[in-house]
Amino acid sequence: MSSPDLLQMTDIRKSFGSIPVLKRVSFSLRRGEVHALMGGNGAGKSTLMKILTGVYSKDAGTIAIEGVPVDLHDTAAAERAGIAMIFQEFSLVPTLTVAQNIWLKREPRLPGTPFINNAEMVRRSRDLLRQLGVDIDPETPVGTLSVGYMQIVEIAKALSKNARILVMDEPTSSLSEAETEALFGLVAKLKASGISIVYISHRMAEILTICDRVTVMRDGEAVMTEPCAGLTVDHIVEAMLGAGNTASFEWHDRGERPAAAPVLQVRNLRLAARITDVSFEIRPGEIVGLAGLMGSGRTEIAETIFGRRMPVSGEVLFDGQPVRGQADAIARGIALVPEDRRKMGLVLDHSVRDNVLLPNLAQFTRHFLVQDGEALKTVTRTIRALSIKTDGPDKLARLLSGGNQQKIVLGKWLARDPRLLVLDEPTIGVDIGAKSEIVETVRAMADRGMAVLVISSELEELMAISDRILVLHGGRITQEMNRRNVASEEELHHAIQGHRIEPSDHVAA
Amino acid sequence: MQSKATASSRPTMSLPDIQWKNYVVYIFFVIVLAFFGFTIGDSGFLTVTNLFNIARTTAMITVIAVAMTFVISAGELDLSVGSTTALAALVCALVMQAGLPWPLAVAAAIGSGLVVGCLNGFFVTVIGIPSFLVTLGMMQFIRGLDMRITYTNPVSISNQTFNGLFGSGKLFGIPSLLIWSVAIALLGHVVLKYTGFGREILATGGNRLAAEYSGVKTRRVKFAAFLLSGAAAALAGMLYAGMMQTARFNFGEGAELMAIAAVILGGTSLFGGRGTILGTFAGSLLIGTINNGLIIMGLDVSEQMMVAGGIIILAVAFGKKPGAA
Repeated sequence: MSSPDLLQMTDIRKSFGSIPVLKRVSFSLRRGEVHALMGGNGAGKSTLMKILTGVYSKDAGTIAIEGVPVDLHDTAAAERAGIAMIFQEFSLVPTLTVAQNIWLKREPRLPGTPFINNAEMVRRSRDLLRQLGVDIDPETPVGTLSVGYMQIVEIAKALSKNARILVMDEPTSSLSEAETEALFGLVAKLKASGISIVYISHRMAEILTICDRVTVMRDGEAVMTEPCAGLTVDHIVEAMLGAGNTASFEWHDRGERPAAAPVLQVRNLRLAARITDVSFEIRPGEIVGLAGLMGSGRTEIAETIFGRRMPVSGEVLFDGQPVRGQADAIARGIALVPEDRRKMGLVLDHSVRDNVLLPNLAQFTRHFLVQDGEALKTVTRTIRALSIKTDGPDKLARLLSGGNQQKIVLGKWLARDPRLLVLDEPTIGVDIGAKSEIVETVRAMADRGMAVLVISSELEELMAISDRILVLHGGRITQEMNRRNVASEEELHHAIQGHRIEPSDHVAA
Repeated sequence: MQSKATASSRPTMSLPDIQWKNYVVYIFFVIVLAFFGFTIGDSGFLTVTNLFNIARTTAMITVIAVAMTFVISAGELDLSVGSTTALAALVCALVMQAGLPWPLAVAAAIGSGLVVGCLNGFFVTVIGIPSFLVTLGMMQFIRGLDMRITYTNPVSISNQTFNGLFGSGKLFGIPSLLIWSVAIALLGHVVLKYTGFGREILATGGNRLAAEYSGVKTRRVKFAAFLLSGAAAALAGMLYAGMMQTARFNFGEGAELMAIAAVILGGTSLFGGRGTILGTFAGSLLIGTINNGLIIMGLDVSEQMMVAGGIIILAVAFGKKPGAA
């Protein structure tokens, strides 16, 4: 195989202690190729990329660039070899300007002096950004940029170091729709200029859109490497999960819910910024999806239902009574799984047990003392019910994977047996296995009478779980449709952009 | 972000190591005791009287540090405790000097501590000023007030019931100061570890927003921590007063820093979310033991300060979790 490959990783092995994390993994990257790397959490893709970027050292195997073996023993060596990892906003200093960030520790000097040549630095940054086709003033502080632009600064920084291989890890997970489009354009441009990209993502649709090849990892092995052309989502999911079980991510028609008084009524809700007039109802046992663009005010609606915001006008009625603040909402059986689990969902440095107990302390307190024995039973039950993968209840939440962390957030509320569960982007950064488990749990709870409102940017997910879908556009609910009448993701996609769907008579597959 | 989540699913390698680090304060304590025992055991260090003496002289710091553990665990800091001890001592002494019964004086003293705590809590949780700044200002303000009340004159306390109860008395041969500090430490331990309030303190300090979203009223929790801190400082002030049988404007100078050192030595995180009262108690005793031992060894004050400071830094360095900022 006299390959045109730019990068060839062969038979890479890595163990932590006695546990093998990579078992003879091979991975190649052609010049100008966008190569998707997929797999569930713990499949080994991060470890493989950390070996490529010199964060970890491999136990065995070889890495060659343009056919020449290289030794990537530390991050500096990987950088010299032209490999760069594009982090999200985290590796930039928010108080420094774009130019200062790009050239940090490599600032051009005034000739013969130790002083920084600011004008030169700004000029070079401007050139770089122009090359990328973006209009960012190099003298803006990075902290004032949107996440999408921060990512572009990251890319510019990598290119300034003459990187030829970029590793992008979930680059779109916090981007808006428009920013995502812009990023795809940029990826195409980079590709055309001969730069190779390893693209890690959980989002099937975008991978099939922009990638040339996809490699799927499972349990420390590369189980599939194929050109994207001709691949379907089902193919990839099957490779990720292993033969068999993908059923729970398919939609089940749960039938008509028995007529019952709605548990939640939102009437003519108006909120400060974006919501002008929103009304809808949810009945017990119903799963309602709320679709809308990023920034359309979805999260604000969720927080108003949960009592964290007060409406400007209109009302939120639970069992026919207005919700008066968050304490009232919680006491009456409303639960919210918030948008950002690391910031709002979990105390990361506390144990699984403490996190699950946090909203339930009053229930386990007798004579001022928390009854830990009794509480532990509930925690253990929660861990089992949601199959949270942890060594035990005392393991720190920080040490769990994204999917398992999200299960803790879900579990701490389910332990209260809520009557209305609001899920805001429940599966961001959650691998497909955990995703189906979460969907399954929510379905089971709904079957027992819990009402559910799901907010998600992933239409695939809304299509899989909802009985009914609401489309939020321009501050109002522009459409409300029975899931049965939505034929495809594309239809829903059009709807959230503001187009009307005519109810079709064909039933979705 | 995602990369982190995935990376952390790898096996944790150094678990036993981390647990060892949780006990650094106890290990240091044993080492220091053993060191002094061998070197100056014959010069009276190991006598019961001296060990009681250590416990007595650290009682005020212990009491303050127990409450400080709550404040720090909730992600805040209280620098005003030192000057509050003197305020409470003066209030207490003046009420008794005015001929009023001692229980009333005690109530007034605790009340003064609660007022300070209330002000701190208000500025931190309602106005939203960082506690470091609020309590730094409060520390100055209260110390000034202490000086102003009696124009720096000491106020003596002649009520022997009060003096016995709070400072110089004994019960079954055990100094009352020791009883106070052990009682407060035990109470604090139970409250922090076994009550809903304690869990809410830790959750608030660990991730305020997540605690909010879980239904914890984090402002109220922080406010309560400052009230506790003010009350504990007032109690410490009365312990000083009872021991000296007098109240002075300069009581508790530097006590806030000693208390913070004891808390951090004990293994509580300076950034909140993780706290242990037993560790704090050990930390306080460790500082007291070092000071006492150095005095018996015949070091003068300047040398004592240097050695004690060095030991504190060393102990915290050994207890540092790998990778923690």
